Amino acid sequence: MEKEIMYRIHGVTKSYLVGKKAMPALKEINFDIRKNELVAILGTSGCGKSTLLRMLAGFLKPTTGAIYAQHQAITGPGADRGMVFQSYTLFPWLTVRENVEYGLKELKVPKAEREATVTRYLHDVGLDGFENAYPRELSGGMKQRVAIARALAINPDSLLLDEPFGALDAQTRSHMQEMMLDVWQKHPKTIVMVTHDIEEAIFMADRIVVMRAHPGSIKQVIDIDLPRDRDIHIKSDPRFIAYKEEILQLIYEESPAAQRQLMEA
Amino acid sequence: MKSMALSLGGEAFLPQGAIAKRPYTIIAIVAFALVLGGWFLMTNLGLVDPTFMPTPQATIKAAGALFSGSFVIDIWMSTYRVLAGFIISAIVAVPLGLFIGTYAPLNALIEPLMSFVRYLPATAFIPLFILWIGIDESEKIALIIMGSLPQLILMVAVDVRKVPHDLVEVSYTLGTKPSRVLWKIILPASMPYILDSLRMVLGWAWTYVVVAEMVGASSGIGYMMIQSQRMMNVSNIFVGLLAIGFLGLLFDCLFKLINKLCFGWSAQGR
Repeated sequence: MEKEIMYRIHGVTKSYLVGKKAMPALKEINFDIRKNELVAILGTSGCGKSTLLRMLAGFLKPTTGAIYAQHQAITGPGADRGMVFQSYTLFPWLTVRENVEYGLKELKVPKAEREATVTRYLHDVGLDGFENAYPRELSGGMKQRVAIARALAINPDSLLLDEPFGALDAQTRSHMQEMMLDVWQKHPKTIVMVTHDIEEAIFMADRIVVMRAHPGSIKQVIDIDLPRDRDIHIKSDPRFIAYKEEILQLIYEESPAAQRQLMEA
Repeated sequence: MKSMALSLGGEAFLPQGAIAKRPYTIIAIVAFALVLGGWFLMTNLGLVDPTFMPTPQATIKAAGALFSGSFVIDIWMSTYRVLAGFIISAIVAVPLGLFIGTYAPLNALIEPLMSFVRYLPATAFIPLFILWIGIDESEKIALIIMGSLPQLILMVAVDVRKVPHDLVEVSYTLGTKPSRVLWKIILPASMPYILDSLRMVLGWAWTYVVVAEMVGASSGIGYMMIQSQRMMNVSNIFVGLLAIGFLGLLFDCLFKLINKLCFGWSAQGR
C-alpha cells in the first residue's frame, strides 16, 4: 500500500540574484516525502540542501515550481512545521521550562495542559532537573535537547532539522542521534534532516537524498533497509558499511578530481 | 617575584585575558591612589601655582564650606535636570528605536534624518533655545534632550538589529504571528543592550547639564563652577568636578546593578 504523502516538491528551482545575474542554487527538484518517514538530505556545502529545507519551512519561496504540505501549497512558516537550527536558537531570557512552554503559550493551550506537556517532553529528551536553568548555563548538546523538546511540544506534523548536531563533538552527536530516534519512536512525525555527515544520515534515515552541487539537484535517492531499533552497534554492521561505501562513491563522483577523470575518458 | 595580593595568574597579560575580582579591585584602587598622590605631591611641593591648582586639603575644606552652604541644592538641581531630560529622551527613544530597528520602512523614514540631526552639536542650540524657550528649567532640559535623544534613537535601533534573525524565524515555527514578534522576541532579546545604551547616554546628559548651567542659570553644579571661576576660587571648581565624577560613578553602578538583577540570563547582565 502506498503511504500517505506529507510533502510534494514539484518542479522546484531556486536562483539568487548576484548583482544583476541570476545564480541557480537548485535545479528541477521533484520529490515526495511520506508521512512519518525520516528523510535525510545529504550533500556537500553549496549543494542547496539548506535552501531546500528553508523552502519546506516557508522561510524561502521557490523561484519556480511549488511545495505542497498535505496538498496545501506552502506560503510561509507555520506551527505545523517545527524547526531545529544548527545555531542554538533558544530564547536566552527564558528558562528551559519557559522555552519549551513558549509555543504552547502562543497557541493558547491551558496552563495545566502546558505544564504536563512540558514535563513530558523534557523527560523524553533527558533533561529532568534542568527546568529552571537558563540557556547560557547549558552545554551545546543540552541546548539542542531543549530546542528539540520545544519544537515537539506543540505537536507539529513534521520536524525540519538543519544540521542539528553539526556543532557538537562526535561523542555528544552520537548520543543525540540515538536520543532523537528514541523520541521519534515515541512521537512519530515526518522528519526532514539536512546533514553532511554520511554516517548520521545512514544511522537515522529511512531514505537518503544524495545531492549534487552547482547547481544543487538530486543525484540519487537511497532506501536504507536496516531494522528500526537501531543503536550504535549497527554502525559496524556489514549492511551499514555497504551503504556507506555506496554513498561515498556517489559523493566521490561529484568531486573535482573524479569529474576531471570523466572528462578525459 | 610574585606578591601574594597581586598574583594575577599566568594568563593575565595575554591578549583578551582575564583577571580575578580581587586583583581587579586592587589595581583600580591603585589607579585612584596614583592620581590622588600625584595631585598631592605636585601641589604640596609647590610645583604648581596654588591660584590655579588647589591642594587636596584645600579642596576638602572648600567642599566642607560648600556642603554647609547651598551646594546640596545645586547637586539636586543638576540631578533633577539630568534625570528629567534623560527620562523624556528614553521614553521617546526606546519605542522609536525598537520600531526603527524592526521595520525597514520606519528605518528609512527616521534613521537618515536622525543621522543628520545627531551631527548638529547640541550646544549650538543654546542661543536658539534661549530665544524660543527662555532661560527657565525647560531650556536646560531641552538641551539635554537635544544632546541625547537623536543618539539614543540610533543606538537602540542598532541594539535591536543585534537580535539574531534565527530567533525570529524559530518563533514563527512556534506559532508567533509576525505582528507579535516585536513584543515576544525583539524586545526581550534586546533589553540588556538597550539598558547598556541608556547607561552610556546618561553619562552624556551630565555633560550637557553642566554646559546648560553655565549659560543663563541661577543654580546647579555648572552654575556654581562658573561663579567660582569669576571669584578665582579654583578649589570650588575642583569640588564641582569631583561631585560630577562621583555622581556619574553612582549612576553607572546603579545601571550595572539593574542589568545584573533583571538580565542575569545575558552576558550583558553579568
